[in-house]
Amino acid sequence: MSTLDSKVPEGPIKDKWTTYKDNINLVNPANKRKIDIIVIGTGLAGGSAAATLAEQGYNVKAFCYQDSPRRAHSIAAQGGINAAKNYQGDGDSNYRLFYDTVKGGDYRSREANVYRLAEVSANIIDQCVAQGVPFARDYGGLLDNRSFGGVLVSRTFYAKGQTGQQLLLGAYSAMNRQIARGKIEMYNRHEMLDVVKVDGKARGIIARNLITGELERHSAHAVVIASGGYGNVYFLSTNAMGSNVTAAWKTHKKGAYFANPCFTQIHPTCIPRSGDYQSKLTLMSESLRNDGRIWVPKNLEDAVAIQEGKKKPTELSEDERDYYLERRYPAFGNLVPRDVASRAAKERCDAGFGVNKTGEAVYLDFKSAIERYGKEQAKIHNEENASSARIYELGKGIVEAKYGNLFQMYEKIVDENPYKTPMMIYPATHYTMGGLWVDYNLMTNIEGCYAIGEANFSDHGANRLGASALMQGLADGYFVLPYTIGDYLSNDIRTGEIATDTSEFSEAENSVKEILEKLVNTNGTKPVDYFHKKLGKIMWDKVGMSRNATGLKEAIAEIQELRADFWKDVRVPGGINEVNRELEKAGRVADFLELGELFAKDALVREESCGGHFREESVEIDGEQKGEAKRDDVNYKFVSAWEYKGVPSDAQLHKEQLIYENIELKQRSYK
Amino acid sequence: MDLTLKIWRQKDAKSTGKMVTYPISGIEGHMSFLEMMDILNDELIEKGEEPVAFDHDCREGICGMCSMFINGEAHGPDRKVTTCQLHMRMFEDGETIHIEPFRANAFPVLKDLMIDRSSFDRIQQSGGYISVNTSGNTQDANALPIPKKDADLAMDAATCIGCGACVATCKNSSAMLFVSAKVSQYALLPQGQVEAKDRVLNMVNQMDVEGFGSCTNTGACEVECPKGISIENIARMNRELMKATV
Repeated sequence: MSTLDSKVPEGPIKDKWTTYKDNINLVNPANKRKIDIIVIGTGLAGGSAAATLAEQGYNVKAFCYQDSPRRAHSIAAQGGINAAKNYQGDGDSNYRLFYDTVKGGDYRSREANVYRLAEVSANIIDQCVAQGVPFARDYGGLLDNRSFGGVLVSRTFYAKGQTGQQLLLGAYSAMNRQIARGKIEMYNRHEMLDVVKVDGKARGIIARNLITGELERHSAHAVVIASGGYGNVYFLSTNAMGSNVTAAWKTHKKGAYFANPCFTQIHPTCIPRSGDYQSKLTLMSESLRNDGRIWVPKNLEDAVAIQEGKKKPTELSEDERDYYLERRYPAFGNLVPRDVASRAAKERCDAGFGVNKTGEAVYLDFKSAIERYGKEQAKIHNEENASSARIYELGKGIVEAKYGNLFQMYEKIVDENPYKTPMMIYPATHYTMGGLWVDYNLMTNIEGCYAIGEANFSDHGANRLGASALMQGLADGYFVLPYTIGDYLSNDIRTGEIATDTSEFSEAENSVKEILEKLVNTNGTKPVDYFHKKLGKIMWDKVGMSRNATGLKEAIAEIQELRADFWKDVRVPGGINEVNRELEKAGRVADFLELGELFAKDALVREESCGGHFREESVEIDGEQKGEAKRDDVNYKFVSAWEYKGVPSDAQLHKEQLIYENIELKQRSYK
Repeated sequence: MDLTLKIWRQKDAKSTGKMVTYPISGIEGHMSFLEMMDILNDELIEKGEEPVAFDHDCREGICGMCSMFINGEAHGPDRKVTTCQLHMRMFEDGETIHIEPFRANAFPVLKDLMIDRSSFDRIQQSGGYISVNTSGNTQDANALPIPKKDADLAMDAATCIGCGACVATCKNSSAMLFVSAKVSQYALLPQGQVEAKDRVLNMVNQMDVEGFGSCTNTGACEVECPKGISIENIARMNRELMKATV
């Protein structure tokens, strides 16, 4: 039944990538000048790929919907980037990073891809430092590290709480160098609306100029999708407002398989929702869990009093607090992986222990950290009899240096000072592990069409560890794709420029035009956001942190109904040939309305709990792990890769069986 | 609360624009400024009118896309926030709020509150990088220790989000704060030394080509910068420029 060939090279896992690189076909520099590559998206994956491919000599056309490539949403990543440098001498290694990532992903990722990721991770840090990325340093001038969830070493490099920004600006600077040389043609404010296939190969795209509204044809010898994830299917997420699935979904509709759509990460530490008007949720970096302790009141009466505003968290003594992560998972404590932390918060809030008006919030408290750092600083400064106020002041200084911008962001949104009163947090959609299916070369099953970064499915299995998204994006773009794509393009040195005045391009352009016309001519009664919010609510309630068969079936029916309603009743003011933000949104929501159904369908088929996918029917019934997620390796140790067949409900499932030769499959325990 | 919004409406780059008044009610203090704009737009759509076009994306103050000039201040009355982080609790019931695009010759208006900031990109393309290939074959990241103080200052400069508030605020529409932030980041790091002279010369030259004005040291840019970029960076850039020209 399966038509999937992962093309993983033979040989021991440690040698696969090196042997592979030694044996691939190369394109000589003169021929690279004859080859065009399109890159969709300019985040860490797309930006780094565009820069590197252009440096190598290919002609790159890069596209982003923002007004500058520097604004892609990788910029918002806060906490850090992992690399197996072992600078701390705490026992880190490529194997350990590989192991942690596979285990953290609940054994649903492809071993060879993950090992390669771990292998190139150290190079990323070298590269970024050479580019002038100002990582945090210690007083000796060497790079500093912090620790993230799901691991027992400190391997995370960071630049305050703005690591994604600094890494993206690094990739952007590398792009700028190539734009200046004319090797990258940059198309800002452009949105890809279809991929064009010629003789089965990806040979171009149809893009809409978001200022003039014109449809443009662009051809190339290969197309790279680096358009990020689809978390906005939930309406509320930590994604940017414009983040969308359209490029990936159009590629899927042209034949690329969509893998593991139900694997979505709900991040445990986000600022809770405050009302129905809310447009997005803001993440508070996981790095805060290095020093913050998560708790709810131990007694229900206290929780109720806090919900009603009759009590303050600072009034509760230590033994009236339930540090539930430390209680349930003593080995990892507050640094359990994200899926585990999110479910634990939901469990407490569902039981009535939530700490805000809506009952959907828990505390993240820095009191102990401020005290601990304060005492340490007092010692360093030889202040033996420091008063508690002085200790607080010293400790606050350290916390501020580490997380200052996050605390400021929190205060601006919530209007409370998190140095004085504990932060309130709640889980929110953050990242999507699923995406376009790719082989070891990062090529989708459409020849010449690649997917990198969050847009593909490959490295994080069913749950991504903190600080690994930046690592994967840059690994794919700087160090993996530039090799693998050459092997494919070596067959294209005689092809010559791809013409755009062909029937394939006309057909694609016409189908795009048809959809746009339909959207502006529906003249219904409701704005796009109405449908997006409704979709988001269905997804959050029934395909969110915990899922069951009944709810998933309901979700599928409700999404189908909502989609039909959308095409009858949506109102998009304005025309096609002008700036039209509502039209842009409408096209994206139309695609989310299809993806959402496939997402629910995938979740329904996967009758096991693994990583971010928690099926209420599949939990441990007794023993030490009672109540924890129960994975089913006998029946579900595969990647679901869905083939488009006209409508999402007809999508056909292909399975890539996962083979584990270097890691023993175990129940994930963080106890 | 109930508010009166006076918003710049402009059909496209070629048309002339004007301020248009919209009353809005039911606004809560916890809403962000852009959430208030979302509500206005949904109301306009339901009435069959065209919504107000404005740039925005991350809505957490880091992408630099949002760019509104609110009551005569870039990003509005709060300090160290972008428009998307501005909250309605900063306003009072019954207030009239004036909303305009960031204005500068080098930032032409595209539609309503949307502007073209590609001049910033071109400045960066003229030298805002270190010429190192991304092969990964560089020296080990810890081979060259960098004093923490320098690394921290470089980081402070590097936090610029390229929103253009400094330009919109400056009476001369100068881009000195923006350009100096990038020049400073590299000037403070050993990796940036090799190309330091060419970089500052090329970037300053491109800034002039784009039509940004000169700096007269009013310091207004620093006050309005959502990331608190210090004008010390301008002083540093001037030193770099001197070094490069003598």
